[in-house]
Amino acid sequence: MAKILAVDDSASMRQMVAFTLKGAGHTVTEAADGQQALTIAKTQAFDLVLTDVNMPVMDGLTLTRELRALPAYRFTPILVLTTEAGTEKKQEGRAAGATGWLVKPFNPDQLLATVRKVLG
Amino acid sequence: MSIDISQFHDVFFEESFEGLDAMESGLLNLDVGAADVESINTIFRAAHSIKGGAGTFGFMDVSEFTHVMETLLDEMRNGERDVSSESTNLLLETVDVLREMLIAVQQKTDTDAQRIAEIRQKLEAMLAGEAAEASGASGNPIEVDLTADMVESTQITIGWNINFRPHQHLLQTGNDPVRMLRELETLGELAVVVDDSKLPPFSDLEPEDSYLSWQLTLMGDIPKEEVVEIFEWVDDECDLAIEEIVGESTVAVENTAGSIKDESADHQVPIIVVEQAATKQVEDAKPKASSATPATTSIRVGTDKVDSLINLVGELVITQSMLGQIGDNFTQDMLPQLIDGLAQLEQNTREMQESIMRIRMLPISFAFNRFPRLVHDLSGTSGKKVELKLSGEQTELDKTVMEKIGDPLVHLVRNSLDHGLEMPEVRLAAGKEEIGQLHLNAFHQGGNIIIEISDDGAGLNEDKIFNKAVEKGLVDASEVLSPDKIHELIFLPGFSTADVVTDISGRGVGMDVVRKNILSLGGSVSVVSKKGEGSTFTIRLPLTLAIMDGQTIRVAGENYIIPLVSIIESLEIKSTDVKRLSGKGELYPLRDEYVPIIRLYEIFGLHPKSTDLEDGLLVIVEGAGQKVGLFIDDLLGQQQVVIKSLETNYRKVLGLSGATILGDGTVALILDVPGLMTLYKDPSLAKVLINDEQVA
Repeated sequence: MAKILAVDDSASMRQMVAFTLKGAGHTVTEAADGQQALTIAKTQAFDLVLTDVNMPVMDGLTLTRELRALPAYRFTPILVLTTEAGTEKKQEGRAAGATGWLVKPFNPDQLLATVRKVLG
Repeated sequence: MSIDISQFHDVFFEESFEGLDAMESGLLNLDVGAADVESINTIFRAAHSIKGGAGTFGFMDVSEFTHVMETLLDEMRNGERDVSSESTNLLLETVDVLREMLIAVQQKTDTDAQRIAEIRQKLEAMLAGEAAEASGASGNPIEVDLTADMVESTQITIGWNINFRPHQHLLQTGNDPVRMLRELETLGELAVVVDDSKLPPFSDLEPEDSYLSWQLTLMGDIPKEEVVEIFEWVDDECDLAIEEIVGESTVAVENTAGSIKDESADHQVPIIVVEQAATKQVEDAKPKASSATPATTSIRVGTDKVDSLINLVGELVITQSMLGQIGDNFTQDMLPQLIDGLAQLEQNTREMQESIMRIRMLPISFAFNRFPRLVHDLSGTSGKKVELKLSGEQTELDKTVMEKIGDPLVHLVRNSLDHGLEMPEVRLAAGKEEIGQLHLNAFHQGGNIIIEISDDGAGLNEDKIFNKAVEKGLVDASEVLSPDKIHELIFLPGFSTADVVTDISGRGVGMDVVRKNILSLGGSVSVVSKKGEGSTFTIRLPLTLAIMDGQTIRVAGENYIIPLVSIIESLEIKSTDVKRLSGKGELYPLRDEYVPIIRLYEIFGLHPKSTDLEDGLLVIVEGAGQKVGLFIDDLLGQQQVVIKSLETNYRKVLGLSGATILGDGTVALILDVPGLMTLYKDPSLAKVLINDEQVA
């Protein structure tokens, strides 16, 4: 199964995401902000990155841009977990290089469906 | 598959309360100086997280309420709205309501719907007052469009013609056309025609670019939004045309793909109905499942602390296996190895004990955090101007101690605000700064944590305190007391100097209760005050209640433990120095003061070989601000002792704070110095003790 990096400053969201994905057989690494995620991402490879947008230290969009600048992450699917459903926010995500997004609140089934969608 | 996410509720509540605390302190800092973007951002982020989490975990009321607040914060963040004291105060109220809502959800109790509605109305009124546009963000225009589409498309759709032309860089977003085609396939029968006309010669081919386009025909009664959704993430990265194929199903099927049968189209409708019923059932079941979750208390531990524990356990295992090997084939010449091994075991055990204790340690900021708000509110109602300074917030202490020190601290802070600091005009008249200073400080000293609450107010009014004490019959009017002794009077039961009982302090709970609470934690409280310059209350607390440094002593063949913190010194004395007073017992002149001597064997009803003061030692201890000398036979070793409660295993005994098990397996009682002093002053209590013990 896939190796997934889950980034969210909220521990409950992170745990929920990690629990759901692990239940589906994936390996999950957690990070509490963009900076942490970036440091982890530089030392190991992931098949998918799931990131919250609004985080302290480094937000999800900056993380996405930073990851895309790394050769190893040029084509890695990056999904943005956002509370905003507005088009403007989606454009921002896309401009940063995100593969797609999942609008919060989502339930575990929706999360798995979206992950299945990117992992094929 | 459905996953029970109620197991994450506890974490959600915990972080939400933390978020609320962060919002509160952030908001309180806002009105002090000019609002900087980063602090508003922090507040916004906390609100945003609570909204997201509440939505995810199904607390829609909380989520919706937070949304209104978030909108207001968003406007502040974007500079569309000024940070006024009016809006800050409303946001503070909102934080309160939100906290109540979360507590209600957590404990499954009812919320004050009226208050919530009122605050929400105020928020909405404030929002409507200015930028009305900003609130438009709450809607979801896309969803509205889609529903409109669905209503219109009541005519029979039998399929879709899709022209999909990815732009050159589509692959670099991590999207993959093949994946999208696979997904389309799950919706219905898919016919794919590839257009590779843009494909360059192999030598010019950029592997990271996309050159292919597709003409797709998807057959079936598929709602448009499902097709759109598949391309949702790439609609900027491609040219996309989706055209509906309308007509009589059988004909259309034969004309295009030719492989879809009538029945497959007919079956679509009932299948959807079944799915809807299924989701409904799940939703019905949810509240029942969550209502059974019990509330648990938890403690947050830094991963570094857990890591160090795991590391230590690893070392312990190594030591254990080493000792095991020595034991398996032990010969006399291996004795040094055995001693080394045991020394290592001792070290491992001690490190592990320290590590585990560290897990229970929390920074005192948990207790300090509530004060900015308290001071803000109190200075608002009293008209006093106060600047609160916190320092040493990272000083750690045991969680249990932290929980119990909260109320005494609140009382002392209220007290400083009410009695200590003066009104602005009084301060100005006294030549002081208009704004009073209140300082909370914490630091470690030995095995203790010291918390200081100091103000630069009027200081304790000694005349007033003395008169009051005389009035209450606590002291005799003819007594001459040093200032320090007068300050001590405020800790006596039934003492309160407030002329009028105010809202702030003086609710019948006096300093005596504060002192009692602190004493029950094994700590002490004292005050230093200078008239016109202010007062400093100093609380001294043990870092933990579970373990302490003890001095083992011997009295008539029995072992006892004296808490090391209460020992000042130990000395051999000459019995000729001792003054004997009728009715007041024996006094020993220690430098410039007389210290009462407590013969421990008398208190515990023991019979030592010698009762001569010169045969034993006098241990000078301090408790409740007073010194006494404990007469003992001998001092043994110093060691850390694990405190076992007498109350849980037996019952409370005056003069003893607990028991511990010594290295040789014997039980030693731990002396409670203030309790011993009480016993000494009122020997009738000792009789009760002895009698009771005989009964027991």
